[in-house]
Amino acid sequence: MEAVHGHTNDHSHDDHAHKPSGIMRWVQSTNHKDIGTMYLWFSFTMFLVGGVMALIIRSELFQPGLQIVKPEFFNSMTTYHGLIMVFGAIMPAFVGFANWLIPMQIGAPDMAFPRMNNLSFWLLPPAALLLIAAQFMPGGGAGVGWTLYAPLSTQAGPAMDLTIFAVHILGMSSIMGSINIITTILNMRAPGMTMMKMPMFCWTWLITAYLLVAVMPVLAGAVTMTLTDRHFGTHFFNAAGGGDPVLYQHIFWFFGHPEVYIIAIPAFGVISQVIPAFSRKPLFGYASMVYATASIAILSFMVWAHHMYTAGMPVEAQLYFMYATVLIAVPTGVKVFNWVATMWKGSLTFETPMLFALGFLFLFTLGGFTGLVLSIVPVDVQLHDTYYVVAHFHYVMVAGALFSAFAGIYFWLPKWTGRMYNETLGKWHFWLSLVFFNVTFFVQHFLGLAGMPRRIPDYALQFAEFNAISSIGAFGFGLSQLLFLYIVIKTITSGEKAADRQWEGADSLEWTHLPSPAPWHSFETPPVVK
Amino acid sequence: MSNKGFKKLAAAGALFFWSVVAWADYKLNLQTPQTLLGEKIYDLHTIITVICFVIFVGVFGFMFYAVFKHRKSVGHKAAQFHENTAVEVAWTLIPFVILIALAVPATGTLIVMRDTAEPDLTIKATGYQWKWGYDYLKGEGEGISFYSTLSTPRAQIDGTDVAGRNANPNYLLETDNHVVVPVGKKIRILTTAADVIHAWYVPSLAVKQDAVPGFIRDTWFKAEKPGIYRGQCAELCGKDHGFMPIVVEVMEPAQYTAWVGAQQKKLAAAKVDPNKTWTLADLTAHGEKVYTQNCVACHQATGMGVPGAFPALSGSKVVNGPKADQIKLVLNGKQGTAMNSFKQLSDVDLAAVITFTRNSWNNKSGEAIAPADIKALR
Repeated sequence: MEAVHGHTNDHSHDDHAHKPSGIMRWVQSTNHKDIGTMYLWFSFTMFLVGGVMALIIRSELFQPGLQIVKPEFFNSMTTYHGLIMVFGAIMPAFVGFANWLIPMQIGAPDMAFPRMNNLSFWLLPPAALLLIAAQFMPGGGAGVGWTLYAPLSTQAGPAMDLTIFAVHILGMSSIMGSINIITTILNMRAPGMTMMKMPMFCWTWLITAYLLVAVMPVLAGAVTMTLTDRHFGTHFFNAAGGGDPVLYQHIFWFFGHPEVYIIAIPAFGVISQVIPAFSRKPLFGYASMVYATASIAILSFMVWAHHMYTAGMPVEAQLYFMYATVLIAVPTGVKVFNWVATMWKGSLTFETPMLFALGFLFLFTLGGFTGLVLSIVPVDVQLHDTYYVVAHFHYVMVAGALFSAFAGIYFWLPKWTGRMYNETLGKWHFWLSLVFFNVTFFVQHFLGLAGMPRRIPDYALQFAEFNAISSIGAFGFGLSQLLFLYIVIKTITSGEKAADRQWEGADSLEWTHLPSPAPWHSFETPPVVK
Repeated sequence: MSNKGFKKLAAAGALFFWSVVAWADYKLNLQTPQTLLGEKIYDLHTIITVICFVIFVGVFGFMFYAVFKHRKSVGHKAAQFHENTAVEVAWTLIPFVILIALAVPATGTLIVMRDTAEPDLTIKATGYQWKWGYDYLKGEGEGISFYSTLSTPRAQIDGTDVAGRNANPNYLLETDNHVVVPVGKKIRILTTAADVIHAWYVPSLAVKQDAVPGFIRDTWFKAEKPGIYRGQCAELCGKDHGFMPIVVEVMEPAQYTAWVGAQQKKLAAAKVDPNKTWTLADLTAHGEKVYTQNCVACHQATGMGVPGAFPALSGSKVVNGPKADQIKLVLNGKQGTAMNSFKQLSDVDLAAVITFTRNSWNNKSGEAIAPADIKALR
């Protein structure tokens, strides 16, 4: 990524521009752009690791019977695929975006706490190593599912302890990152940049950061209780000692449901930047978008038990959680309607970021609808823990969050690197991803409807055809991502020079006030926002 | 971009629809419900899916209209409107009303679904790693009790008998003992578990309920016609989660009564005379059966376990040590590991299986454990 900051600075007395060279530039970095870059590369690396795990899963499921892996290894793959994709790939990707973009979009020179920023990134690699090292512990990885449900997790081998420690570290990193983002947005906006003038991306991250600060400690609490149950004689989740296994689920999903929005809301933010830019028209209903996002965030604390409809709870509780859950469809719908209204009567062009944004809009909405189906208790009782759920959350996580991250990377790559990606290859990447994504996951709806449980390494014969199709799609999707890597490297090394305002419809500060690539410190004197 | 892209999209869409039609035989929906409640749920699912589909087509109708008509390449100039309170209020309220309309039938169905009162027959289903145990608690057949384990031959699973697998319509969905129930009767299932959380799931009977260790949950069904209905454990429960199916056999009442009679005779015959003196050979032979049903999944037929995960019994210090220690371990389990308590087995079964382990593979104690030894340590 040297090309990002291609200029060299001879003014050694100029303290602000001084930076160590070589590896120490990255290890000691306090610069939001370098740290953002590291977050993004880390995220992509984890995306490949988690992707290989997904392909191991799909290889085993290509045909009925146990061909390639043992059931315990299969369980470990489903577990760490989930953990690595959620905590290692998607979340760091959006923190990378936040680092790069928030200072530029609010007219600040850097993040509020640059050294803490360095620490919150450098906590990630050790956590990732712990998750990978867990595979090599006696007995292999902990095959307990990414939700780490007790008491399965209390009976798992030593890999579980590494996993718990990794979750603790990841949580610390997220909390520090969030504090940094909140402080930056609240304190470092340029004169005239009122809250309601901020780009949507900053708003979504502000809301997300509050969610993270609120729920990461809850997850840390849940896994700590698991740890003490395992080693220190407590019985939080052991009925024989007066505990309750379902307590774990309540605590976990009190974290877990807001976590869904921690992933989705920054994705909404990216989409809210991309769609207006390529529609050449301001975002429709900016204020209602802010309120809808905040409503989603608040509601996300009140619906956790819809992940546990079959765990056993009073019918009144089921009714409450069902009503509260369907309510989320309202603000989510408002967002989708606003995006479509933004495009309405615009002057649309379809460069790669816009294609990914539309792919997001279309498929995320589909995932939202299957979510609505799942929110209805009697229907969920049929579909819970089947492939329908797997299909549902991959529509919102992959076609939602991941597509939005791709949209964002293609959108801002010219600003970050000062170079343009290859548009033709970008479109290829989009269309291949779109087609193979649907080949992989659309058929999984049918598998779930027909009754195939998730997390099984082998299945009855009536599920064979769709599983084979899904596996083929998965390999296509996985290989398509190598094209993405090629496009990014090619852009950095030999892309054409990008304009300062590469996209004519883009109107946030990084496009209107900064050159491409953006300077080392975005705004040394704050711009005045009218 | 280009018309090319949209042609590609259209082609992909057409291909997809063609393939859906071509796969008319493929299962694309919920299994055919076999209970009235199941039919309600099926209809509820259909209603929601149709509503979602209509909204989806509506919203994306607008989007694709804009995509085709409001594009720069056809010379469309961007309007600059960006706010309209009336529209915002409308698209907040209309979905709200639709959701209320959805919640009404959902609430009705849910209340019926959760009403487990006044069952004709109550059966307790206990999840074990990795099989189900059934106890008929109340109603005709009271007292019947059995385990139900996967009966698909290992060779079909591990691929040494692929032909057998392909010819087996119930691959992984067959058990040695079926849960037999009478037709047209309300069957209440109590779920619990001995070790970790499992879930009792039979799609065509519209039942799924987690089985939580230390707690009792319940659910119910009333099958409308005789038949065999198959399901699986739906909650990840460890290594063999995919290999603990549920098979419910629904019979006509007369047939069911006959089945109950046969089961009760079988139970009486299996009752072991408590005063019987067991020889080492008897115990070892019986112990091997118990071992195959309860222990083999982890400790393996070779007694070598799975290195790192499940300890070997062959040459084990515990198995070759004082008998009281081993009995206590089997009775109480070992906290924090997959070794659960096996208290639920009878004194004879435990004595037999412990004797078997102490006299198999490399273990040659030559010592028989008496059922009384177990009783003394319970």
